[in-house]
Amino acid sequence: MDWTFIFQQSISSAVGVNAIIFALAAIGLNMHFGYTGLLNFGQAGFLAVGAYTVAVLVVNFDVSVWIAFLAGIFAAILLALLLGVPTLRLRADYLAIVTIATAEIIRQVARSVTLREYFGGSDGITGKFGADFFAINPFPAGLDLPLLRYTPNDLWVVVVGWGLVVIFVFFTYLMMRSPWGRVIKAIREDEEAVRSLGKNVYLYKMQSLVLGGVVGAFAGFVYAISRQSVQPDNYSTALTFFAYAVLILGGAARVLGPVVGAVIFWFLLVFIEQTLRGLVNIDKIPDWLMNQNQVGQVRFMLVGLGLMLLMIYRPQGIFGDKKELALDARA
Amino acid sequence: MRKLARACVAGLLLALTSTFSIGSAQAAEEVSVISGVMQGPMGEPMAGVELSATGPDGFTADLTSAVDGSWSFEISIAGEYFVTIDPTTLPSGVALTEPDKLTKQVIVFMIGSPTPTVKFLTGDGPERDPMWQTAMQLTLDGIILGITISLAAVGLSLIFGTTGLTNFAHGELITLGGLTTFFFNKMGLHVVLAAIISLAICALIGGYAQDKLLWKPLRRRGTGLIAMLVVSIGFGLLVRYVFLYIFGGDKEQFLQYAGQAGWQFGPFSLTPKALVGLSIGVLLIGLTTAWLLKSKLGKASRAVADNPALAAASGIDVERVINVVWILGAVLAGYAGVMMGLNQGVQFIMGSDTLLLIFAAVTLGGLGTAFGAIVGSMIVGLFIQLSTLIIPTELKYVGALAVLIIILLVRPQGIMGRKERIG
Repeated sequence: MDWTFIFQQSISSAVGVNAIIFALAAIGLNMHFGYTGLLNFGQAGFLAVGAYTVAVLVVNFDVSVWIAFLAGIFAAILLALLLGVPTLRLRADYLAIVTIATAEIIRQVARSVTLREYFGGSDGITGKFGADFFAINPFPAGLDLPLLRYTPNDLWVVVVGWGLVVIFVFFTYLMMRSPWGRVIKAIREDEEAVRSLGKNVYLYKMQSLVLGGVVGAFAGFVYAISRQSVQPDNYSTALTFFAYAVLILGGAARVLGPVVGAVIFWFLLVFIEQTLRGLVNIDKIPDWLMNQNQVGQVRFMLVGLGLMLLMIYRPQGIFGDKKELALDARA
Repeated sequence: MRKLARACVAGLLLALTSTFSIGSAQAAEEVSVISGVMQGPMGEPMAGVELSATGPDGFTADLTSAVDGSWSFEISIAGEYFVTIDPTTLPSGVALTEPDKLTKQVIVFMIGSPTPTVKFLTGDGPERDPMWQTAMQLTLDGIILGITISLAAVGLSLIFGTTGLTNFAHGELITLGGLTTFFFNKMGLHVVLAAIISLAICALIGGYAQDKLLWKPLRRRGTGLIAMLVVSIGFGLLVRYVFLYIFGGDKEQFLQYAGQAGWQFGPFSLTPKALVGLSIGVLLIGLTTAWLLKSKLGKASRAVADNPALAAASGIDVERVINVVWILGAVLAGYAGVMMGLNQGVQFIMGSDTLLLIFAAVTLGGLGTAFGAIVGSMIVGLFIQLSTLIIPTELKYVGALAVLIIILLVRPQGIMGRKERIG
């Protein structure tokens, strides 16, 4: 077995674009779920809106990528308002159902044949829509370490991506120390108590939904730019569930939880998958038990099982504080 | 390199899976294109014909023929692909010459090499009448879909009512019913017998064991409802991909009654299997309603839904009621899977694809009310089918989900819900 290859794959996933996308998606979810107690199961929708806005505007309308980023942020704000207005006054699980439904609506509209000329149907949009972004790439050469290799462009994406992660982590840290953050956490613990203090709970929840959604849109930008293409089925509900696994693994309601979660999550996932693939290739695992196609399916089973076990035995994740998080919806 | 591997999980599933695959799945750069051209009896191109494709590793694609009748999709993994045509999207006056062969198989041995063109032969078919006849037929389809959804929705609603759990793994009970029926059918049993055994398995494993081994211990631990909701999401993901692992990603038909000719009742066309399936579905819902209203246990389940502590204080064995509700919910959902299998075939994703519609129905009717769930399901079913008169068929679920959001804006407690449940 080629252990060098396996470690190389695992490490480049754990510090690379995958980890960045899911760290950003989970930072947004942390704002929703970890701090405010909002059950947003449509984070994939925020990523899709961010990614598609950039791709559509640059490829179809020839807009500068920087303006497209701004438009993407604006679109994410709109989506958050659309989701929040009908549901934030209702019990938590209504938001869950509406967000998951909206994310599916976005995906199905994006992949529809009817709107193919705008969104590219199930093939999505491929094009050089990151050209403006790569034009200011300061790295003349890529990275060539024993276990980590990047082309100049990949290196640029990774550096900017981690930069965004640092900015949003710091932002979360500041917000949660502020009076605003204390109100938000109080809403998670006891909405009625906060209301009785004269705070407009609805407004605070809405602000949290918008902020987390915008961070999700940034995850979508990284997703689109790093691959230079957007595909509707990348933004299915599985993405949201993976982001939840990342968040809960690292520890919800912890500033660094999403980042630690994303790195560990992707290292474990790719390591297990590549090891299994290697074992299947050299017939250590017999073919009737598992073949190459089935290796890819194990990933989803592991995430599902991991999500269950974490939620049952260690809902606070690796670094979380159990006291911080009293999750219960039924008032 | 060109190793042809036969995938099968354990000897007894040998008959089930016959997926061919090629050694390296990592060479994802190269692609092959599977394509075809839809032509009418005179060779004229037919646009807007809908097809769907399935393949290894859970591959699926939905296709619509272009103005010149052509359609195609790219694949990056070699293996066995199936292209299924939706005959109802053929233009008026055109029909398939082999109406029971809706699915064609394409085997791709190596990525990059040319693949054979897929052909569906067409001939003259019945002229289809305009709007009102389509509307009548869609109404009937909507009723069938509504009953299917309500079978699952009643269970979901009862479980929510008695335990507070929003069960995101409920769709997997539908898949369990469909896939186990297919499994026993493939083992040689007649589909009716297979369905009965499958429902027993749903009751035992999907209902009784799931509650006793997973949810009851969680309730005992005092796990919060949101935590349980996330557990159900993880459980659903796990079970879904275990199904894919064992049964493969292809859409399969039951061995009996697969290509049944429809009966014509005035403007309606209905296959006998759909009629029988529908009747049993209505009967099951009727029995459930009667059980809830008349039987002691049914009344007890409503009491538990209303106030578990009070119910327990007045001598109701709450845990037993919850267990019975789980079994009932599993059997109803399992039968929904059988019904879907009869009409559309079975696939590992069939349940989770329906889950959002079930949620829409339950929310529409009012969370936690069984009768509301039935009403909500019928509305969702009819709305989805009738909306295709105006919007493209591929967007019909989008319309239903959009209506869900609008309903929440206007009347968040649902049609039959009580206001205090939603705050």
